[in-house]
Amino acid sequence: MKQAEFLNVVMPFKDKLYRLAKRLLVSREEAEDATQEILLKLWSKNESMAEYKNVEAFAMTMTKNFCLDRLKSKQAGNLKLVHSNYTDENVSLQRQIEAEDSLSWMERIMEHLPEQQKMVLQLRDVEHYEFEEICELLDMKPTTVRVTLSRARKAVREELIKKHSYGIG
Amino acid sequence: MALDNIEKLLEKYFEATTTMAEERVLQEYFSQEEVATHLEQYRPMFTYFSKAKEERYTKQVPLKPRKNFYKWISVAAVAVLTFGIYFGNEYRIQKQVEREQAAYAYQETKKAFELLAENFGRGTEKVAYLQEFEVAKQKIYNNN
Repeated sequence: MKQAEFLNVVMPFKDKLYRLAKRLLVSREEAEDATQEILLKLWSKNESMAEYKNVEAFAMTMTKNFCLDRLKSKQAGNLKLVHSNYTDENVSLQRQIEAEDSLSWMERIMEHLPEQQKMVLQLRDVEHYEFEEICELLDMKPTTVRVTLSRARKAVREELIKKHSYGIG
Repeated sequence: MALDNIEKLLEKYFEATTTMAEERVLQEYFSQEEVATHLEQYRPMFTYFSKAKEERYTKQVPLKPRKNFYKWISVAAVAVLTFGIYFGNEYRIQKQVEREQAAYAYQETKKAFELLAENFGRGTEKVAYLQEFEVAKQKIYNNN
């Protein structure tokens, strides 16, 4: 497969890979690095790419696994401390500047969800994947996906209601 | 606007039993200016989801180098090999010519030495005659 062909195949979903990576890794730089890594991995496999019936699903699964690995290794090492320090700073700064911005509030709510819920919410409500696709991508049973999605949505709702009533009161 | 319908859909939405089409209806409802006040609190959720979809990956991916690197390595290897075979062969031929020349020079020298030795032999033959003089001389001395 030539480079141009490869780019044609990859272009439509590279943003999705990036958004999923960012949802999981939070930091923009990390997400960019992860996306680049995934695209390079795909490129190195481009000879066998024709065999995959769904390159997008394959790439999404790769991204998911890669990011989860990154998070795991970060938790094991010192990186986590550094990272959480960094985000904490960021949040307090954001709080000052855009305390009223409901979008950044949503962003923060999303950051605090468990990884599974983050992923399901990202895939369903942001990327609008069908349930069957999500099952395939995350290697989960349909009922688990529904339960996780429902929990994620309710968790977000709860936080929003809290914030909303706080804003009024 | 069928507010009832929206509320019902919302309920289904939080149970995660809505279809894609129903979710689109919700998305559209919350993207308009006027939203019922008691539903206002859900608005950030839907606006956030549509905003989140706009994020783009803008970095360039350096795809080329790795691929071409290997290609050029093989080209270089072939070039080195051809040069090696070509010049190696030439070197060998040159060596062989040298060896032949050395053998020829050896043969020639040997011939020259043989010639010399032959002539030396002839020399000693002639010197042997001198012995006759000596014998004759002695005879003469003894007679006197």
